[in-house]
Amino acid sequence: MVSRQERQAVAERRREAMAVLAAAPGEDLLDLWRDAKLPDGAATLRGPETGLVALRGRMGGGGAAFNFGEATVTRATVKLPTGEVGHAYALGREKTKVRIAAIIDALRQRPEFEAAIEEKILAPLRDRRSAADAARRAEIAATRVDFFTMVRGED
Amino acid sequence: MYVAVKGGEAAIRNAHQLLADRRRGDRSVPSLTLEQIAGQLSLAVDRVMAEGSLYDTGLAALAVKQARGDMIEAIFLLRAYRTTLPRFGYTRPIDTAAMLVERRISATYKDLPGGQLLGPTFDYTHRLLDPELAGDEDPAGPQSRAGADEAMPRVSDILAREGLIEEDGSLPEDREPGDITREPPEFPMQRDLRLQALSRGDEGFLLALGYSTQRGYARNHPFAGEIRIGEVEVEIDVPELDFPLTLGRIRVTECQMVNQFKGSMKVPPQFTRGYGLVFGQSERKAMAMALCDRALRATELGEDITAPAQDEEFVISHCDNVQATGFVEHLKLPHYVDFQAELGLVRQMRREYEERQAGDETGAKTGERQEAAE
Repeated sequence: MVSRQERQAVAERRREAMAVLAAAPGEDLLDLWRDAKLPDGAATLRGPETGLVALRGRMGGGGAAFNFGEATVTRATVKLPTGEVGHAYALGREKTKVRIAAIIDALRQRPEFEAAIEEKILAPLRDRRSAADAARRAEIAATRVDFFTMVRGED
Repeated sequence: MYVAVKGGEAAIRNAHQLLADRRRGDRSVPSLTLEQIAGQLSLAVDRVMAEGSLYDTGLAALAVKQARGDMIEAIFLLRAYRTTLPRFGYTRPIDTAAMLVERRISATYKDLPGGQLLGPTFDYTHRLLDPELAGDEDPAGPQSRAGADEAMPRVSDILAREGLIEEDGSLPEDREPGDITREPPEFPMQRDLRLQALSRGDEGFLLALGYSTQRGYARNHPFAGEIRIGEVEVEIDVPELDFPLTLGRIRVTECQMVNQFKGSMKVPPQFTRGYGLVFGQSERKAMAMALCDRALRATELGEDITAPAQDEEFVISHCDNVQATGFVEHLKLPHYVDFQAELGLVRQMRREYEERQAGDETGAKTGERQEAAE
């Protein structure tokens, strides 16, 4: 019997993996996927198809929600020959990327592939993203204003 | 008499072919790539996404190229495209406090947690044309500074601690946010719908209205409490999964305008607020939006409505540049039948007028005699 906590932990790991895949630049994901040499046989249940999501903000930043625009989103659902179903959603219109992300989501549910996916695909994507974010933060930090007070000579 | 005719197919076809040729321009000059437009004219692309109300840099870059740089035409193209796609759902509200910040300034507090980050700004440039940019030379890379990864709370939250500023802005708990792309506008309008209209509204129109409030038409003493630009994560709940999915990140500009407010019958003296939230790096637009949002809250705050920027129906009905250009530009399409009818009408009125004039001349003397008699 799997405990509720364990189920939640599994769901959280899956959520995080799907977020990493959605954020990945298409070319990076395709390269890593090719190099990982994982089985790519999967039936497409839905898509990949592109549509819109309405984006919401909050008035004043934290108040009531409002719609402020839309974004293109592509989604796909696939099924492995062994029965696992994988989903993927990502901003943009990259159908190949999203289909592969859905296959990876399905393969992750099989214990024999989970470690390989983590090591060969998710970890490198996470590393690249945090390196890119850190570089951007450092560039922005260089534009931080350091105020200093002029000596006014009054006293 | 006017007889309906057909024709113009060949002329239209050839005009569009000519347009394609002129758009391409000198064939000895390389054609612009979408990567060049998205990468080097990125603020144009941001504006097209914001007013086209569709976040997709590749499509916006294509629209800019296809429209030969005509922004409103590009915005129109993007709006038309969005109608061809199905809607998958509504995202969770973005959290701008958790933004990967690329610029963050406050005109109200010098020292604030996270600091003042200028980012890639035009501010403090001398606005002198740079002849070197006409060439191909690459600039030096940006500086980097290792820094503590400090949290950057919203300035409005800092001010809120003293209780002198109103809260973020609420609507009834059970209210599902309205959507102007789904329901026709009705006035008076709730603030959520107004914000949606302003976020996609024309930058020039909102800028002029915002400017008018500063010049005294619905004066409301604004301060730029905070402007932040950066990327935020977008999350959505989908029926097939029992956890929220992260879709990726989008770049937005947020403006928190803080306005002095002397109080009214309804509300005690305090700082009130206007809010701007716009796709991309769109600082001027976000500021203009925040000024207009504040002005349009006049009824809610018990202020007298004295100026155009406070007139909800006027502002919201005219801020959409696709609607505006559609109605203005339709005037150039053939109106031959309408005009023929008007021509007949004016001819008749003129005839009647002239007859009256002639009648008045003969009747004038009678009239004078009558007045004298009275």
